Amino acid sequence: MVLVYAETPNGQLKKAAFEAVSYGKKVAALLGQPCAAITLGTVAAKAGELGKYGAEKVYNIANEQLNHLDSQVAATVMANAAAQLNATVVVLSHSSTGKAIAGRLAVRLNAGLVSGVNSLPELQNGALHVKKSVFSGKAIAEYAISTPVKILSLMGNAIRPEATGAAVDVEALNIEVPTGRINVKSLKTIEGRVPLPEAEIVVSAGRGMKDPSNWGIVEDLAEVLDATTACSRPVADSDWRPHHEHVGQTGIAIRPNLYIAIGISGAIQHLAGVNNSKVIVVINKDPEAPFFKAADYGVVGDLFDVVPRLTESIKKFKASN
Amino acid sequence: MKFLVCIAQTPDTTAKVSFDGDGKAYNSTGVQFIMNPYDEWYALVRACELRETLGGAVTAINVGPATNETTIRKALAIGADEAVRIDAEPSGSAFVARQIAAYAEDKGFDLIFLGKETIDYNGAEVGAMLAEYLDLPFVPLASKLELAGSSATVERDIEGGVEVLECNLPLVVSASKGMAEQRIPNMRGIMMARTKPLQVVQPVDFEEPVEAVRFTLPPVKAGVKLVDPEQMDELVRLLHEEAKVL
Ligand SMILES: Cc1cc2nc3c(=O)[nH]c(=O)nc-3n(C[C@H](O)[C@H](O)[C@H](O)COP(=O)(O)OP(=O)(O)OC[C@H]3O[C@@H](n4cnc5c(N)ncnc54)[C@H](O)[C@@H]3O)c2cc1C
Repeated sequence: MVLVYAETPNGQLKKAAFEAVSYGKKVAALLGQPCAAITLGTVAAKAGELGKYGAEKVYNIANEQLNHLDSQVAATVMANAAAQLNATVVVLSHSSTGKAIAGRLAVRLNAGLVSGVNSLPELQNGALHVKKSVFSGKAIAEYAISTPVKILSLMGNAIRPEATGAAVDVEALNIEVPTGRINVKSLKTIEGRVPLPEAEIVVSAGRGMKDPSNWGIVEDLAEVLDATTACSRPVADSDWRPHHEHVGQTGIAIRPNLYIAIGISGAIQHLAGVNNSKVIVVINKDPEAPFFKAADYGVVGDLFDVVPRLTESIKKFKASN
Repeated sequence: MKFLVCIAQTPDTTAKVSFDGDGKAYNSTGVQFIMNPYDEWYALVRACELRETLGGAVTAINVGPATNETTIRKALAIGADEAVRIDAEPSGSAFVARQIAAYAEDKGFDLIFLGKETIDYNGAEVGAMLAEYLDLPFVPLASKLELAGSSATVERDIEGGVEVLECNLPLVVSASKGMAEQRIPNMRGIMMARTKPLQVVQPVDFEEPVEAVRFTLPPVKAGVKLVDPEQMDELVRLLHEEAKVL
């Protein structure tokens, strides 16, 4: 079977879990196998909802030790679950949780791992061929895994979750949970919008903003779009914006549906983190700015003029739709 | 305190990406190679800072051919005390993790650092694999790490927040932005690096379970469609009707 690890941060189901299950279902269909999902720890959400996304069975290991991530504990439990359920493929999210577990699981299960896959696999002579983006978006790699057990971690926003089925009952899975060595003390959550890696629309601004006090127009645009805000590296480095907003090679890599870049030149290291966005809009007063080469739509103009105008147009559009 | 820092060599951030004829291998002709920035700026520098306050030694380790030694010497110039090169082509994450584990197994390192991922294959896989081979706890995406005795307090980036955790050493940590500030090696460091020990170790037998079949370049964008700055209604229409993202 295809076993999907459905993450439940704070006991909740988020988009990452729905994406992973939808993906797992498609892999299972390709292999002619059933798809099951597994959740770890106390789950407040109705995990049975994962059935709608294609999980024929949803398992839970309800042990409080699993509420906080300890990669050793989670990998041990997942490896035992995979063995007990005869999983041939394990799917995880390529998230802060998936990155902690996937490699460990691969070693435990003697499995080939490809992390950050962004499209559906193909079956060729019994090997699973999968693709992912490499060289920070500048190339696509195709890998073949032919080990008996295969592990894939799915890039966020790579596929759209599809709810076509019905919810199922959650079954308890009896697996021993070892004692962990990591003690999670606290969680500082960033107030506000959807976290950047999950955001569908991102409004990002750079040094062209001139001063941190000018960010109001960026926030207004983000507000009408229900978007998450991001920034270029020099902006984060000079503390104009919080460092968690820094996207690019040395910040975080994102792939939203829509990326709006305001007063950002489009240096190669910036593009490395955003060029997997589906649609890129660039607003820059310099027609020679390199970002225009990577853009789908461009506006050559003064951002202090253009951005408020764009915000008004979107407001109008939202009001009439 | 014994620190191990895993360093990878990657093409320079601005290097042009191309592949040989059948897309089997990266075309390195004319490409400048650098130390993977996450390894250099964050992992290595933090290890050196901790060594400076707590004493001990920093070992830098790389799996790669002799041509990687320029990168390895740079790690010594930045502050590592000694270096190890495992003489093999780094054919995949599992291979690299297995080689480093084989070296580190009986050396008693207290803290093993890596960067959060490499900028070429973007795997973020080696740390978790290495930790599993060594049966050690692993904290990925760490943006802060402090030591008190044999206990580490680590902050790590998670979606929408920061997790603060404690763990006793030994520990494997992958570093992201915030862990340290980039250090430019000075003349003295560069001179000293020449005489610091660089040991070459033979690899252990291990077959990489994942095969790279081919590399291709992403489809080129159709070209930018320019919209008049006075016509923002038109941009919204395009985003709605053509791009279908609104
Ligand atoms: C190893 C390495 C890693 C790096 N990693 C990253 C990274 O992760 N992320 C990142 O972003 N950068 C990164 N950088 C830095 C990168 O090279 C650029 O320096 C940086 O992205 C530039 O930021 P910017 O576009 O905001 O500023 P600038 O390059 O200064 O661009 C500002 C832009 O604003 C435009 N502008 C100015 N005024 C207006 C106006 N009134 N209206 C409209 N447009 C205006 C200008 O035309 C210009 O194009 C890295 C660099 C190195 C060497």
